[in-house]
Amino acid sequence: MSRLLLLALFLLFGTTSAIAADDEFKLVIENHKFEPSEVTIPAGKKIKLIVENRDATPEEFESHALNREKVIAGKSTATILIGPLKPGSYPFVGEYNEKTAKGVIVAK
Amino acid sequence: MFATAIIVFREILEAALIVGIVAAATRGIPGSNRWLGAGILAGLIGAGFVALGTGRIAELASGMGQELFNAAILGLAVIMLGWHNLWMSSHGAALARDARNVGNDIRDGRRARSMLLIIVGLAVLREGSETVLFLYGIAAAEGGGSASMLAGGAAGIVAGVAVGWLVYAGLLRIPLRWFFTATGVLVLFLAAGMASQAARFLIQADVLPSLATPLWDTSSWLPQSSVAGTLLHSLVGYEAQPSGMQIVFYVLVLVVIATGMKWINKGGARPAGNGTAA
Repeated sequence: MSRLLLLALFLLFGTTSAIAADDEFKLVIENHKFEPSEVTIPAGKKIKLIVENRDATPEEFESHALNREKVIAGKSTATILIGPLKPGSYPFVGEYNEKTAKGVIVAK
Repeated sequence: MFATAIIVFREILEAALIVGIVAAATRGIPGSNRWLGAGILAGLIGAGFVALGTGRIAELASGMGQELFNAAILGLAVIMLGWHNLWMSSHGAALARDARNVGNDIRDGRRARSMLLIIVGLAVLREGSETVLFLYGIAAAEGGGSASMLAGGAAGIVAGVAVGWLVYAGLLRIPLRWFFTATGVLVLFLAAGMASQAARFLIQADVLPSLATPLWDTSSWLPQSSVAGTLLHSLVGYEAQPSGMQIVFYVLVLVVIATGMKWINKGGARPAGNGTAA
């Protein structure tokens, strides 16, 4: 039933949600750490954060400040849409390894 | 080990609270315990599959599959919770009068039980899949310490289930006169909170505009990652930095379900129509 709903949602919105020419920023997860741990992005603009998880284990990108939450499977890459943001810094963590996996997005 | 316990506890707290509240709210429906168990089991099996398919789900809808999947599950749960509340508005009085014997209404009872199964199954599915992934991560990690971390995970699960059970047992102590009103209000806020979460995923997928981000910021005052913040988030959908669209969803669901409940209550003797939530 939920799969049907997902399909319906996909058909409704899936095509429109793809934005073509956004600024892309890369982030790598390795050994339960974000690299780089600080990403500077333009303020007031929508951007795409491409997160590559090189670890074999999954990670959950989470940020209350950014209002974002996304599970990234092991050895895979995920896209997270962010912004437009006001100038400021927005911390995020890898929820499964909160001690080491920390970072911040700085909007300028 | 302690950190692991906390993470797992946080992940399953929401599901445990939902199951506890729904289990209490459906007391008196014949066979509800069996259906509850079936719902949890189905949810756990589903959680395993979702955890296995994380990568594949994420790739759907040009990389926004996970967001849409979560929004769909939450949306379905909102509809079921709303439907449950409307159903209880017309049958709660009868259930309270005779908490055991409503056998004359078998078909309606069956419908209520399948709602119960779906709500509980969805809650366990969503929160459970993240727990499965996290525990898998620990189990798969190389080197020592993973046994003690798994023990921490088990402790977190036990603690979460204990809280869910406490909520259930606590609710059952409410006098029957107020009981279904109390659980009705709790379910109402659960549904509104889930609607706001669904909106957040749709914003994250760029399907909906955020309107204002954030509409307010109480993160220095009551951080969402604090114990109180986590509890309030699970129970009434508290967010320290919500977007405007989330509040629109929250209020809309709150008003629609509350109005429906009032309307059915006013109608007095149970209207035969099946009130739909959305």
